[in-house]
Amino acid sequence: MGSAAGEFLRLVLPEKEKAVVSDHSSSGLEELHVLAVDDSHVDRKVIERLLKISSCKVTAVESGTRALQFLGLDGEESSVGFDGLKINLIMTDYSMPGMTGYELLKKIKESKAFKKIPVVIMSSENILTRIDRCLEEGAEEFIVKPVKLSDVRRLRDFIMRGEENRKKGNNHKRKLQDDYGMSPPLSPAPSLALDCEISSLLLPSSSSSSSPECRPSKRPRLWVED
Amino acid sequence: MDRNKQHRQVALMRQSLFDQGLLDEQFVQLEELQDDANPNFVEEVVTLFYRDSARLILNIDQALDKSPLDFAKLDSYMHQFKGSASSIGAKKVKSECTLFREYCKAGNGEGCKRTFQQLKKEYALLRKKLESYFQLARQVGPVETACRRI
Repeated sequence: MGSAAGEFLRLVLPEKEKAVVSDHSSSGLEELHVLAVDDSHVDRKVIERLLKISSCKVTAVESGTRALQFLGLDGEESSVGFDGLKINLIMTDYSMPGMTGYELLKKIKESKAFKKIPVVIMSSENILTRIDRCLEEGAEEFIVKPVKLSDVRRLRDFIMRGEENRKKGNNHKRKLQDDYGMSPPLSPAPSLALDCEISSLLLPSSSSSSSPECRPSKRPRLWVED
Repeated sequence: MDRNKQHRQVALMRQSLFDQGLLDEQFVQLEELQDDANPNFVEEVVTLFYRDSARLILNIDQALDKSPLDFAKLDSYMHQFKGSASSIGAKKVKSECTLFREYCKAGNGEGCKRTFQQLKKEYALLRKKLESYFQLARQVGPVETACRRI
């Protein structure tokens, strides 16, 4: 009966796969909406163009204060009318008058509504303590300016993968485990500062026992693809 | 053909900006963001740079006139200037900004003033050359950036 049961399983799996695949194709390619924050006119124009060329919708603002206003985090905690506002990524300059990018990062990570949104810090200065501090506070990545098209593309691909993964949810993780026939090891891969959900997609052997509060490591993220 | 000759002129003009160390790879990155729908993107960005720079130059001039010098403020202005110079690939202007900031950190007022005079010269030269370049480029139409030798 064992082999029959095995065959039964084999019959079931392809269908499951099909379901996953068709879900994937029907999810379509939604445009990512990016909020860009930079006090420099020049840099705002450039980042806007970089993002548009990468098929992203952009809202560019000149300060942390404006960013919080846009997100509705400027004191009005009531989340009226936020169902429509979907931000996939926030890219902020570090050095800005008034509120720095770091302070903005903290405020975003403190908010229930937006703390899961990846925040990327941009800076013209490659200061290790600054990078560490931002990553520790939950920044997804720290990009040294000037930002290149390849940086934006890489970010977009990373975010899109995250969005797809989120849609597939646990089904996908289970599928990987079925395919590889392994249960996740107990310790996370220490040198890779990947978002836990993503890491289970890219590296099936790494821990998928992720808690949502899984902290990125202090080192800048290593991009596995490409 | 006259057109080909003009195209070559534009290409040579462009190349000389790199050869003379006025522009770096970032300028090429901006050119690559230009397309038929956005044919003047680089010039638009550079125009924003001129606007920002004019304001910063005024602020820095005024700040350099004060006594004692507020090095923190000067450094902050120059950080902004350096940032936009870097964003458009203005290599020489950017290196003058770096030098200025070093003098700020050292509290060297004379060094700052001297460097700023040089910076203004470099900026004026770059602006003049870029304006000629863009003017000619516009007359001639889109130029291939196939020759990316920097």
